[in-house]
Amino acid sequence: MERNIERIRKDFPVLKRKVHGKPLVYLDNAATTQKPRIVIKAMNDYYEQFNANIHRGIHTLSEEATLAYEESHKKTADFINASSDEIIFTKNTTESINLLAYSLAQQLKKGDEILITEMEHHSNFVPWQQMALKYGFKLNFIPVKKDGMLDMNHASHFFSKKTKIVSVSHVSNALGTINDVRQITKMAHEVGALSIIDAAQSVPHMPVDVKKINGDFLVFSSHKMCGPTGIGILYGRRFLLDTMEPFLFGGDMIRQVTKEKTTWNDLPWKFEAGTPNIAGAIGHSAGLKYLQKIGLEKIRKHEVSLTKYAHEQLGKLKGITIYGVPEGEGKGGIVSFNLDNIHPHDVATILDTEGIAIRAGNHCAMPLMKVLGIQGTSRASFYVYNTFEEIDKLVAGLQKASKIFG
Amino acid sequence: MDMYMEEILDHYKHPHNKGTVPNPGLHLFDSNPLCGDEQEVFIQLDYNQNNNNNNNNYNKTAIKELKFTGKGCAISIAATSMLTDELRGKNIEEVLRLPNKFVLDLLGVKVSAMRMKCALLGLKTIQKAIIQYLGGKEYE
Repeated sequence: MERNIERIRKDFPVLKRKVHGKPLVYLDNAATTQKPRIVIKAMNDYYEQFNANIHRGIHTLSEEATLAYEESHKKTADFINASSDEIIFTKNTTESINLLAYSLAQQLKKGDEILITEMEHHSNFVPWQQMALKYGFKLNFIPVKKDGMLDMNHASHFFSKKTKIVSVSHVSNALGTINDVRQITKMAHEVGALSIIDAAQSVPHMPVDVKKINGDFLVFSSHKMCGPTGIGILYGRRFLLDTMEPFLFGGDMIRQVTKEKTTWNDLPWKFEAGTPNIAGAIGHSAGLKYLQKIGLEKIRKHEVSLTKYAHEQLGKLKGITIYGVPEGEGKGGIVSFNLDNIHPHDVATILDTEGIAIRAGNHCAMPLMKVLGIQGTSRASFYVYNTFEEIDKLVAGLQKASKIFG
Repeated sequence: MDMYMEEILDHYKHPHNKGTVPNPGLHLFDSNPLCGDEQEVFIQLDYNQNNNNNNNNYNKTAIKELKFTGKGCAISIAATSMLTDELRGKNIEEVLRLPNKFVLDLLGVKVSAMRMKCALLGLKTIQKAIIQYLGGKEYE
């Protein structure tokens, strides 16, 4: 892998750039990843060579655009071992979860319970909280322990006949914890609840098979896996999607419209109202192809090595606190830390002057920060193109921050 | 690196006007939702600038004493520390009309766009407190 990294880096135009006169060290991949040239080219080709609206257009350009758009559904389905009609394109993971929240809420009744965890991103938190407030559902939380793991010993009593939806992140965006979503799904199904997996931080980084996890729904975003912004994915079991009411109404999602009523289109189009992000879907498709060519197993292995190295090297720094689970198989490529009592924003600004991009703050997980008793963290997150040398630069940047604030 | 000049770090490590004042005439807690920085300002007013303290004369009220508490990054704490040094004796309407540049000049460094909200948290909190006190939407 190491020898390949230099070749992989050449595929990403932005990695050549300098920031404040220093080579860019991009360690903010949990927020969004960089894009390889073939993704940018695929989108350009669409706009330059076959730009047209999809479906129903009886002309060559429209046919080409439709085929490319539908090919993207197929590729996405293959990527996670699902079928094309079980893949719905949304705007992002957040919209995918909102679609589920709004649509599934109509099937619940007052007093029903929804179970999430204390480590959820706000996008898998606020939609459920708001549905609970609006319809009188009860929202429960699997607690998080100080070590960043879910407290599964105390989780079982949150699963009851009243539990209708269990929605859990596969990998925590703030800490990198990998949750046993297969086990949680099993517990959900035992009480007759639906299982939703927020896979925004897992599908880009490791092989994910929806049949193995056995969850009912799984959501993620293209822009966190080499694809463009503006494409989110919702996977759902066909028979469940069939029973659900649409989230958005309009063109493309209908079968027949009269003044009195409307019948819905087939899956997945029933949930894709209006002209979709065609260029985005085509770029997404190219991104999937790119990742498959490298291989998800290899990407995962590389990230495990980088994370292990980052733990070792950062761990040597005076005044460092690393949050969450130890590096290894139970952790994604995310290292969340604080240095002395320097505010994460100050750490990020100093690193930026060295050309190093990290994220600082509460990572859209304010309830989790409260559990950990902190205001925020600095977070370095890795991807296929990161190198050990870049982690050395991160360490040097942190030493500089310590010196300034020392 | 010019955002972290000695003077800013000094204000951050030893902020001026940190604390509370008894019976504040103005008091407001505010936060920056993006980063979670929090500040709470406590202001004592000096009504002596006018003899009859009625609503029509509020605009002659001045700041007698002010303190702040909170947690945040070096830029937000240093900015509020420097700003609070400047406001004693100032008429509250004058404070309400202070431009952002007033704080940026006090800091004396180039503040990047992403950190602008940090630099201005203190000023905005104080101005919001004054707006609340004046009770007038017209000031917003």
